[in-house]
Amino acid sequence: MRFVDEFRDPEIIHRTAEEIRRLVDPRRHYRLMEVCGGHTHAIYRFGLKDVLPGNIELIHGPGCPVCVLPMGRIDDGLAIAHEPSVMFSAFGDMMRVPGTQGSPLEHKARGLDVRIVYSPSDALKLARSNPDKHVMFFAIGFETTAPSTALTLIRARSEGIRNFSVFCNHVTIIPAIRAILDSPDMRLDAFIGPGHVSTVIGCRPYEWISAREGKPIVISGFEPLDMLQSIVMILRQLNRGEARVENQYKRVVPWEGNRAALRAMAEVFQLRPYFEWRGLGFISQSALRIRDEFAEWDAERRFQVPGVRVTDPRAAQCGEVLKGVLKPAQCKLFGRECTPEHPIGALMVSTEGSCAAYHSYEHRKEHLTGIQRTA
Amino acid sequence: MCLAIPGRIVELVPGSPNLATVEVVGVRRKVDLGLLTDDMPAPGDWVLIHVGFAMSKISEEDALEQMRILTVLGESEQAEQEVRGYGLEESDGSAKPN
Repeated sequence: MRFVDEFRDPEIIHRTAEEIRRLVDPRRHYRLMEVCGGHTHAIYRFGLKDVLPGNIELIHGPGCPVCVLPMGRIDDGLAIAHEPSVMFSAFGDMMRVPGTQGSPLEHKARGLDVRIVYSPSDALKLARSNPDKHVMFFAIGFETTAPSTALTLIRARSEGIRNFSVFCNHVTIIPAIRAILDSPDMRLDAFIGPGHVSTVIGCRPYEWISAREGKPIVISGFEPLDMLQSIVMILRQLNRGEARVENQYKRVVPWEGNRAALRAMAEVFQLRPYFEWRGLGFISQSALRIRDEFAEWDAERRFQVPGVRVTDPRAAQCGEVLKGVLKPAQCKLFGRECTPEHPIGALMVSTEGSCAAYHSYEHRKEHLTGIQRTA
Repeated sequence: MCLAIPGRIVELVPGSPNLATVEVVGVRRKVDLGLLTDDMPAPGDWVLIHVGFAMSKISEEDALEQMRILTVLGESEQAEQEVRGYGLEESDGSAKPN
């Protein structure tokens, strides 16, 4: 509870934790999935598991964009970076993600022109100021990030900037949730819904989860109190036998989402028939491609890419961890060959990846407890 | 990756309809308001910023709480680095990175 106490009104947090203990049925085991990687990080950081009753199990979902990107796409992006005069640009999160021949950062060390940008509009700016280069932006992210890429492409077209392209890896959250629900080894009771994705898509796209699958979903903020309140809302629904979409994060998430952002996405992107997700395999209509109207700015059409499927390194069990079938520490490489300093799988790279979060907080805590126990 | 950074609109950039100067963690940077055209923020308003674009308006209280969250999550340095990185370190005249 140490971290929890640093937040506003710790008294309310304690009362909410009490309420959760009152609401749980001790004979029942609850499996709740937090869809968003930001929630995964926050859960570990705040030590929320210490506050929750033992029969509430939190399963980490697919909402970490870096983690679900298959290695073949990284190789494809880096293949473009090998083309003459190409400048490869991406967010910092991408830089340490391993491809078959190393990460973008390692390619930079070998002499490729690899740049970190913090915004897609800065990649466009690089193109403006380097007219003799071709600037390719390696785009990743869910619906939180896709509208920014879309607006950047709209600007590139309206300004006629032709030495710029996007290698689009944007994915959409709803089909991933559907794939998880369709997976036979995944039994879930309810979802803690993603916060920032929902500022864009709103709450309606989740309605089928409650209506058709009979599972409650509560869109949640990222503070400890937000997540505890969301769990209270889920337990109340489960206890009453209800299944509804509820919005705990009303102060940021409008029910209808952000229409301007959705318009920008619709203008620039269309759904791909299918896309490969690390750990989840091919999921139909789960990713975005650039529309024909913007073909000139689509790196996949301007350049030849190998498009080869690459399996994860042998012994790494990223897929099982990503699906929640294995806990991070159950992977054979966890904490040995694969650490945040030397990641083998993407789940260890991003702070939103469950392996990195688990390694930074839980693993260290268990290690310390072990030392105390032996002492 | 899904870092959402709170910032306060200082002024709308004259001649650039969707650009605003925003103060974030003591740094001033240009932020794109193109995703908020249906409900444009005004100077003094707080917004949540993601990859250089304002994605929603929030209250001052929530903005301060969001900053505290980033600090406790160990992401405030990353947020500051991100904000300083907007515009590729090009000073807009008002920013004074220390």
